[in-house]
Amino acid sequence: MLRFIFRRLLLLIPVLIGVSIVAFLILHLAPGDPAQMMGGIEASEADLIMLRQKFGLDRPLPVQYFMFLKGMFTGELLSLRYESPVMEVIWPRLKNTLALASVSIVIAVLIGVTAGVLSAVKRKTWMDYTATVFALLGISMPVFWWGLLLMLLFSVKLMWLPSGGMGTPLHYILPSIVLGTASAGIIARMTRSSMLDVLRQDYITTATAKGLSRRLVVGRHALRNAMIPTVTVVGLQFGQLLAGAVLTETVFSWPGVGRLLVTSILARDYPVVQTSLVLIAAFFVLVNLAVDVLYAVLDPRVRYHG
Amino acid sequence: MGSRDSRAMLVLRRIGRNPVALLGLIIIIVYIGVALFAPILAPHDPIDQNLSKSFAPLSAENPLGCDEFGRDILSRIIFGARTSLIIQVFSVLIALVTGVFLGAVGGYFGGWLDEGIMRVMDILLAFPGILLALAIVAVLGPDLKNLIIAIGIYSIPQFARITRGSVITVKQSEYVTAARAIGESHFVTIMRYVLPNAISPIIIQTTLRMATVLLTAAGLGFLGLGVQPPQPEWGTMLSTARMYLRSAPLVAVFPGVSIMIVVLGFNFLGDGLQDALNPRLKD
Repeated sequence: MLRFIFRRLLLLIPVLIGVSIVAFLILHLAPGDPAQMMGGIEASEADLIMLRQKFGLDRPLPVQYFMFLKGMFTGELLSLRYESPVMEVIWPRLKNTLALASVSIVIAVLIGVTAGVLSAVKRKTWMDYTATVFALLGISMPVFWWGLLLMLLFSVKLMWLPSGGMGTPLHYILPSIVLGTASAGIIARMTRSSMLDVLRQDYITTATAKGLSRRLVVGRHALRNAMIPTVTVVGLQFGQLLAGAVLTETVFSWPGVGRLLVTSILARDYPVVQTSLVLIAAFFVLVNLAVDVLYAVLDPRVRYHG
Repeated sequence: MGSRDSRAMLVLRRIGRNPVALLGLIIIIVYIGVALFAPILAPHDPIDQNLSKSFAPLSAENPLGCDEFGRDILSRIIFGARTSLIIQVFSVLIALVTGVFLGAVGGYFGGWLDEGIMRVMDILLAFPGILLALAIVAVLGPDLKNLIIAIGIYSIPQFARITRGSVITVKQSEYVTAARAIGESHFVTIMRYVLPNAISPIIIQTTLRMATVLLTAAGLGFLGLGVQPPQPEWGTMLSTARMYLRSAPLVAVFPGVSIMIVVLGFNFLGDGLQDALNPRLKD
């Protein structure tokens, strides 16, 4: 198992290098002068010279790339907007996003697994159809619109919950529900289909034939095996939540990395944009690796060699 | 060709018997109709401002009311369908052509070529969800053309992966070996023998992708990085509606409903196709 993890970690290295190259090149592949892009149309010639010097834009591309990589970690890479090291700008916000995503995934799992199991056990009843319709609605709804609707009802009309910001547990309720909705739908669909597969197995028939109660058969015997594919989906969804956070955080003014990314794009703060992209992607691939490992741990039938 | 016709008929019959898929198909047909005939269907010009009617309530003249500039919301939604359809068709086309090509070449030839292509796809996939499209638009600048390019690029890996997987399975069939044995070129073998038999997952992916792409385009529009006003686009409409949420909440409702209905339509049909194209299911 350790060798498997080690091998997968090694395979991540080229992906992470590729990710950093893509994030770095974004500024250079676009038509036009990168200094002009950073400074904007209103930048003076002196500003441009200053920017070129600061970011070494007059140096060869490979040199610039290594400066970018090094600067990210040494704190030499500064945000244009905040004039402080990019990591100092991004890190506290990334923590806020992770906090929101964690609450969201818990909500998504609770709702998704419950709905999925109920729909499978009560297949082809009104309960199954209702759960399926809600799951599809959750997947098909634009996140930001769902956020606006909930905000309209609970913050503007009823005035029960804050419409934005962060600070109290109450602030988590709306954004985490909104962010978790699509994941809940996907988890529900996955749980339903894997539960249906498991319920068809012979050992379930055996357990039922032994005279075990339905609750015991479903809860003890079926659920355990049905959860294996669900775990994979949950892991992948957690990564997707980081991307979904871009929209949710904008709706609810949540001080996270998603909102930082959008405001930095609009303010042409490229060092922050590039570094955030690298960090989010790195986090995403690491979560995916963790999911693979967990999958191997959970399912003894899966044997990884080499 | 007769066999393929009858297969298409079989799929259509299966869709017809699945009420959810049929509903999806009807939604999509209506949506395309609205997009095509927008100038005939829309009661007003979608861009004409009339400040005296700013936030006018629902009425016979403006069935869905007016927005902050007094523009007719129904007309903007109808023309918004056209914008959305253009984005969907062209971005999915970019992704489909590029992704299927890369996936087919990689899967068919294997080796270092396959390795190389798939590693690049892995790198693109390492940017979760909307992020890659967001980054591309950030650099190219927000407008309709760049939005299509960005969303197209971000959808390539999905098509490449699915095509590759499917091509690898088909490649091992005897008829492919036979085609090579009678001296068909690689190109002809791929186009005539491999791809047509690997097409089902690609069709399903195309349908489901139409849904994802619409949500992404609307999301970018909402962030101010999509289609720019005054051109009507559903996500962009929601972005401005958000600013007036307290005073004119209804303005935020209809564009969202439109997005949801169309996305549901493609998801319904995609789900139905998944069953209908499944060769293991007996008719």
